[in-house]
Amino acid sequence: MGYYSNKSVLTLRNKINSSISADNDLIQGIRNGATNSLDALYTAYFPMILQLVLNNNGNEDDAKDIFQEAVIVLYTKITTGNFELNSKLKTYIYAVCRHLWLKKLNQNSRFSAQTYELESVADVETDIEQHEERNEQFKQMQHALGQLGEPCKTIIEEFYLNSRSMQEICEQFGYTNADNAKTQKYKCLQRLKKLFFKDGGLEL
Amino acid sequence: MKDAQLINQTEAYLRGEFSPAERAAFELLCKENPDIQQQVNAHKEFMAMLAAYGERQRLQHAMDLIHEQIDVVSLKNDLIPTSANVIQMWKRYRANLAIAATVAITAVFGTLLFSGYFADHSSYYSALRREINSIKRSQSVLAKNINSKKGPANPGEFGGTSFALSANGYLATNYHVIKGADSVYIQNSAGDTYKVKTVFVQPEYDIAILQIVDPAFESFGKLPYAFKKSDSDLGEDVFTLGFPRDEQVYGKGYLSSKTGFDGDTVSYQISIPVNPGNSGGPLLDSKGNVIGIISGKQTRTDGAAFAIKTNYLVKSLEAIPEADLDRNLSLNLKNSISSLNRKEQLKKIQDYVFMVRVY
Repeated sequence: MGYYSNKSVLTLRNKINSSISADNDLIQGIRNGATNSLDALYTAYFPMILQLVLNNNGNEDDAKDIFQEAVIVLYTKITTGNFELNSKLKTYIYAVCRHLWLKKLNQNSRFSAQTYELESVADVETDIEQHEERNEQFKQMQHALGQLGEPCKTIIEEFYLNSRSMQEICEQFGYTNADNAKTQKYKCLQRLKKLFFKDGGLEL
Repeated sequence: MKDAQLINQTEAYLRGEFSPAERAAFELLCKENPDIQQQVNAHKEFMAMLAAYGERQRLQHAMDLIHEQIDVVSLKNDLIPTSANVIQMWKRYRANLAIAATVAITAVFGTLLFSGYFADHSSYYSALRREINSIKRSQSVLAKNINSKKGPANPGEFGGTSFALSANGYLATNYHVIKGADSVYIQNSAGDTYKVKTVFVQPEYDIAILQIVDPAFESFGKLPYAFKKSDSDLGEDVFTLGFPRDEQVYGKGYLSSKTGFDGDTVSYQISIPVNPGNSGGPLLDSKGNVIGIISGKQTRTDGAAFAIKTNYLVKSLEAIPEADLDRNLSLNLKNSISSLNRKEQLKKIQDYVFMVRVY
């Protein structure tokens, strides 16, 4: 630090502080479910990832998939609570995307000799592993819901996914008796569980 | 319907729809029944997952909406640096490049191969044997001739030149003139034809020694020219007589190098107009001494003909086995035309230079 004048050290620190506070604002916004925070995050960092993927044998669709997955990882980490920002948000997203993309390249690589070094940056590995486990569950759930058929699918989605009340669902489906609706919902739930666990879902 | 009731109660409990009294009762129920507690926990987890799944879908949807707002194409054009363009083009087109390069290389080498670039450079050397008929000798032609029973009217298929070595009927010509011959005849400018046999060949010097076997032949008489065994000097005026056509043709030139084609020390290089049919003709210096035998010329160089040095003719003669010679063969060393002018010299020489017909 002795190499720098006091002034330059000061300005440098200011810059880091300001960017960290901006990051914290974004995180706070996402935790509160603010759409404009997500928008800001997306528009701020997508170009960086687009560049990363384009320069490494990918196209814009690959970039979209990779970036959205990274946002999901970040979002899950934020909303499940214990998120501590050890690095800049930009660094974290870049590390996750880089990891995801190299992983994908290795999977798609036609030439087995060409392997990319997967370095562990900012503990993204564990985050990505958890993310992939959840993805697997969600895929099974999507499959089970797809097999459920109507009106069960809509009832389940409205009640459990969108947290609508039984009353609203009764009105939407024209059930005169709330008990009938509850019976219907219970049957649908039992079938969903059967479908979900039959396909090798996790034992709960 | 106990399960259904439990599920409904669990959901009501978790969603906070119970009154405090109901809440306490439900919690007590759970506490007292581990079975129910387990079921409640399981359903709670399942609900949490469904909710998380719903949340994930909403997030995905929100991101898709945002993504639609972004102009990815223009962003992409801004981001790709020009050097990356070159690399991407290389990656995209390297297979095409490889094919194009292969085609180009094949075309170049194919053309060179077919144009004879890789052929032996001795193809530049053309032996001056005249093909009298344009068709080459071959088994099929031979068979055809027998079938059509043409008889001896065949005028011969190759021709060259030959000249007398001694008065008693020995002659010299090139090996390539009589190579593969069935029978060989010589004819002088007066039209007299004699049958000859091949006494000896020396393919490495391209020399063949012939002998007249015709009973009608007696003697040439004394040879006017002599044979000069020592090497001649550069710039020596030389001349030759030969049969590039059915008439004797005189050619004049000079000795231009002491070695022949590709540095061949057996030959001289001479600058003299010669053509197919001149092969086997004598090369004489200005005094009328035989200094060589015309043997060939370089096809792609102007004025480069070749003649075998007399020295090698002498070596060939020495190599002839004694048994093959039924008459004495000694070279004439006494020149009787050295003081004559060229026209007189030619008049004396012309009777000793013969057309060779090969059948």
